Amino acid sequence: MNKHSKMMLTGNKAAAWGVRLAQVDYVPAFPITPQTEIVETLAQWFSDGTLTGKYTNMDSEHSMFMAAGAAAATGVRVFTASSSQGILHGMEALYTIAGWRVPLVMVNVSRALATPITLEPDHNDVMSTRDCGMVQLHAETCQEVLDFILIGHRIAEHPQVALPVLVNMDGFYLSFTREPVVLPEPSEVARFLPPYKSEQPVFKASQPMARASAVFGGATYSYFKIQQDLAVRQAETVFHEVSEEFAQYFGRNYGPVENFMMDDAEFVFVMSNSFATKGKAAVLELRKQGIKAGLLKLRLIRPFPTQAIADSLLGHHKVAVIDQNLSPGMGGILFPEIVTSLYSRINRPEKFLSVIGGLGGKDILKEDFFSIVEHLRSDKSEGPLFLYNDDDLKQFKKVSHIALAEKGGSES
Amino acid sequence: MIKTHKRVSDLHPEEIITPGTGLCAGCGGLEGLRLALKELGKDVVICNAAGCFTLLSVYPFTPLQGSWLYTTMGGPVPAAQGIRDALDVQLKKGKLPSQENLQVLVVAGDGSSNDIGLGPTSAALHRKLDFIYFCYDNEAYGNTGFQLSAASPFGSSTQTSPSTHEHPAGAEKMKKNLFDIWKAQDPTYIATVSPREPIDLSNKFAKAKTMSGPRMFICMSPCPTGWGFDPKDAHVIAKLAVDTGIFPIKEYFEGKVVHTKRPRKRLPVEKFLERQKRFSHLFYPERCEDVISQIQKNVDDYWSHFE
Repeated sequence: MNKHSKMMLTGNKAAAWGVRLAQVDYVPAFPITPQTEIVETLAQWFSDGTLTGKYTNMDSEHSMFMAAGAAAATGVRVFTASSSQGILHGMEALYTIAGWRVPLVMVNVSRALATPITLEPDHNDVMSTRDCGMVQLHAETCQEVLDFILIGHRIAEHPQVALPVLVNMDGFYLSFTREPVVLPEPSEVARFLPPYKSEQPVFKASQPMARASAVFGGATYSYFKIQQDLAVRQAETVFHEVSEEFAQYFGRNYGPVENFMMDDAEFVFVMSNSFATKGKAAVLELRKQGIKAGLLKLRLIRPFPTQAIADSLLGHHKVAVIDQNLSPGMGGILFPEIVTSLYSRINRPEKFLSVIGGLGGKDILKEDFFSIVEHLRSDKSEGPLFLYNDDDLKQFKKVSHIALAEKGGSES
Repeated sequence: MIKTHKRVSDLHPEEIITPGTGLCAGCGGLEGLRLALKELGKDVVICNAAGCFTLLSVYPFTPLQGSWLYTTMGGPVPAAQGIRDALDVQLKKGKLPSQENLQVLVVAGDGSSNDIGLGPTSAALHRKLDFIYFCYDNEAYGNTGFQLSAASPFGSSTQTSPSTHEHPAGAEKMKKNLFDIWKAQDPTYIATVSPREPIDLSNKFAKAKTMSGPRMFICMSPCPTGWGFDPKDAHVIAKLAVDTGIFPIKEYFEGKVVHTKRPRKRLPVEKFLERQKRFSHLFYPERCEDVISQIQKNVDDYWSHFE
């Protein structure tokens, strides 16, 4: 492989390459669409000796996360991947291993949650892990997926962090989209991310330890939870350090947020993941029509980069937060987080709009962004704006008509 | 050559669980684990399922000379898989000297073993995981105040299977046969053990220690708080379970089941039942003859295959 060699890779393949370059020792795996291509690729590489170490086919995501966490507590570099219902099935284990304070990297290939069941993406799966104490990096491109896995291991293994790091990418929109990806030179990666040697105590005969013992009395419990909070917060500082070093090695510079045409932006879209690419295209389109739009992309979701978000948004007066998730009865999950992070600051935006779109893989159209601008212009205060139009309703009515006709019923 | 113990004074003097734990006085399972660890030594990592034994290690204290990892109710076996795999990877890559290797031991109650943890365990048996499983069988979810588990015997009353006018027996289902469930997946070794049979227990652990692959121990665990007896009588209750034939002491190895302690003349089951509060509804206010005789019949039917 030449330095700076490029390959056309899907998001899933880019993830697998990240794992290969990171010289991961152990992958416990359980298949779930649209994540399967990652573990299939790794299964092949562990099987044919391209990767040394062990790949274990597990029986569920709960088991998989337990095995991943326990292996990390025993001193090897660990990677795993999941998606959607798998994340929910493994949720108890995710809280548990995040509490163990063990370093590992996992990829979540975002997919909407049941019910109804679907294969296509939105962010309710990854947002459900928001509070379990993991670091979260969200990728827009296949390149970011690969790079975040390398950066993720550095953050996870940093002695002041020692936490699982989750790298998120959108199912289908990124997992199966081929893009040119620069493959870092393995020897350079080995310098940036040397072979794993735990800085934490690990299970071995000469070092007996009791890990994750029970606690009684709220004081001790609170102490551990506060430590966990501090560690997740510390991950932001570590992210900055590691990112800068990454840029020195590989020339790609990642901040916790990305500003796109923000300088003079009158209307700002806050987005994350692959749909941010659509948002950027819409910004260019709006600019052509003389509308000063800009976009703030979130890369780091936990810890929440409050200061970086404030630095970007203060002084801009109309902000729409586009959540590809829904907390029924409340709205978008990130919207209140953005609002909260600016609430006590002077010169904060005058208008915040919560927008819900892209649920279950529903596309966000160019026209939707125009419509968001119209809503931002209005003086009305309004609840969440659902990106759901007459065409969508027509489509839904068409299928429900078929369903009802089959049953001999009638459309109401 | 495995050294076999002939008398209690032969047992290893070293204590891997030191005195002073948060477990109940008279816990039969704790005595079983104490004896087991004397054989296994301290180069052991325990993967613990949520349950009574979670109280073994309460921050900042541990009574263990070896290592401990608290997991989830369904998670101790997958955690054992992760630890075993991680040790193997490091041993293979030369990153871990062989003297640093650990025996991986799962400790779980009958609830976890029969219910929420059974699926992951079955999967680990399929993968031929190299580990030892210690199930302390107190025949209920003891940690939540004695609730019905799949191991609760027919005729026992628990907090969620009380004896009532409508349901005089209390628990109306037969105890799940965990021994045979394991056996169906062809593990290396399975044994039932009783804290009242320390020589038998110790020799079985000494034997299992020399093997690899999945190895299982079901330890009869008289539970003073749940079963309702004086803690000082735990050994009597454990002995009666064996002597009435209610708890058969056996092992499975190389395709064969052998009873390693056979009650010479089985005592009637009521000798075991009448001493415990969980069966008191079978005797007071009036004798529940049909349930008692059904329990006796179940025991007789079991032994008729071997006598």
